[in-house]
Amino acid sequence: MAAISRDDVAHLARLSRIEMSDAELDHMASELGVILGAVARVQEVATDDIPPTSHAIPLHNVFREDVVKPSLTPEESLSGAPATDGPRFKVPQILGEAE
Amino acid sequence: MSMNYDAAVAAYEPTLGLEVHVELNTKSKMFCSCSTEFGAEPNTQTCPVCLGLPGSLPVVNGKAIESSILIGLALNCSIAPFSRFARKNYFYPDMPKNFQTSQYDEPICVDGYLDVEIETDEGPKKFRVEIERVHMEEDTGKSLHVGGSTGRIHGAEYSLLDYNRAGIPLVEIVTRIVPGTGKYAPQVARAYVTELRDILRSLGVSDVKMEQGSLRCDANVSIAPIGSGKLGTRSETKNVNSLRSVERAVSGEIERQANRLESGERIIQETRHFLEESGQTRPGRSKETAEDYRYFPEPDLVPVTPDADWIEELRKRIPEKPSIRRKRLQEEWNVPAKEMESMVNAELLDVVEETVKLGSDATRARSWWLGEVSRLANEKEVAPTSLITAAQVAEVIALIAGGELTDKLARQVVEGVINGEGTPREVIDKRGLKVVSDDSALMVAIEAAIAAQPDTAERIRGGNIPAAGALIGAVMKATGGQADAAKVRELLLKHLGQG
Repeated sequence: MAAISRDDVAHLARLSRIEMSDAELDHMASELGVILGAVARVQEVATDDIPPTSHAIPLHNVFREDVVKPSLTPEESLSGAPATDGPRFKVPQILGEAE
Repeated sequence: MSMNYDAAVAAYEPTLGLEVHVELNTKSKMFCSCSTEFGAEPNTQTCPVCLGLPGSLPVVNGKAIESSILIGLALNCSIAPFSRFARKNYFYPDMPKNFQTSQYDEPICVDGYLDVEIETDEGPKKFRVEIERVHMEEDTGKSLHVGGSTGRIHGAEYSLLDYNRAGIPLVEIVTRIVPGTGKYAPQVARAYVTELRDILRSLGVSDVKMEQGSLRCDANVSIAPIGSGKLGTRSETKNVNSLRSVERAVSGEIERQANRLESGERIIQETRHFLEESGQTRPGRSKETAEDYRYFPEPDLVPVTPDADWIEELRKRIPEKPSIRRKRLQEEWNVPAKEMESMVNAELLDVVEETVKLGSDATRARSWWLGEVSRLANEKEVAPTSLITAAQVAEVIALIAGGELTDKLARQVVEGVINGEGTPREVIDKRGLKVVSDDSALMVAIEAAIAAQPDTAERIRGGNIPAAGALIGAVMKATGGQADAAKVRELLLKHLGQG
């Protein structure tokens, strides 16, 4: 059965740039464990002759013509941004000095 | 103590691996219909899909799939009958989605090769560079780091993002390690990227402009003591933006690693950045956490399953390999290697070939395209081929060969065509640029020249043939350059009893 350790959660939190307290890490480890357990039940019915599924609908080769259509205006594009500077999105410094 | 390159490769065996990213030249992006035009104002080519807004649904650009298959076929790859996109997850704001749509364990093309030839001490030698995979992905946005040391991530206070480039189709071509290059590793790397660039250009799938970033190379280099049979720890050098830099980056890394090992230090597996000015590399950001990309199949995009008919149809479109074509044309045209190179570098080989096919002499075709036409194109800052067609240049060359135009008049004709005055014929008629070959008209000018310079005429009569130059010049001037100088000379000398 799938299990997720407290360390796994801490690692994922770090990759996701989410700050979590010790209590939250404990809590999430057990919650995610339950979710993974539920998903893992699928493995009980999976057999060798069924390839891993990524799509529920058996569609292939859905392509678009290479044709340009109008984009959003910069104002529209930037309208949901927490911060902007002129025509650009503004984000906090990317990597801490430690990295 | 410091080990130079020769000493480094005398003691260590280098191993090479190359990753090339190429931006496809589709009109629209990989998964949405935003334009891919270079140089637009920031964030004017973005939409809910490439901004990763909730509820948006990507759809694959069919042309990009076609281009990827063409690349695979040209590199002797197998085309996967089933291939999927995957999410490469990372938290870095150059992709607003927090992942890059890429391919992971199911790339579209696998197991190819590209043979390259380099000059060695023992003459030309062929190396086979095996291609591990060709996969599709999307380019990232452009970051501008503000504050701290200029443009660098470290010390930046904040970053500004332009997502116009985010989502432009990108194909990554990954080689297996290239063993046995020895001291020639830098030349093999350069030859491979050069050959690959030429192939991509001949396929017409990319602009392949390294200086604009539409072709980018990462060089993986490791070294191990000669005869050890081991592989050393590799570094990956990014930011290699010209063919010359590919060569310099590889030799620079071999030297740096050898010096580290000589002084008892270990090589760290890391990403390094090539510095154009010094030819050195500096460490990039640490990858210890970045490696954990948590790839998984992209649920918003359905699998790509090219059928055999489609692949065979595309295979028919693969042109002759550029290196083979160059050798063939060089032989057919009987031109020196330097001339071939100049045409290739100016991206004029195709149009020169077309001009030759229309009956022109190769050397003349080359000199018109690389000379006058290129000069005018430079002035206007456009491509030579956008100014005049091969048929028009071929016509001008034929008119010169037929004696109807002198080189000087032909330049005026070309200029007229470029200025939109019509076909070469029309320009000749409108501007009245016919060569004056009518003997009586020329004789009038010759007699006038003699009358103006009687002393010179006397010297020629006395046998001083070189003095004729002054009179010929006067006639040419009087006829506005429209006379055939050889004809003038002939008539003049005859008239003065020297013919």
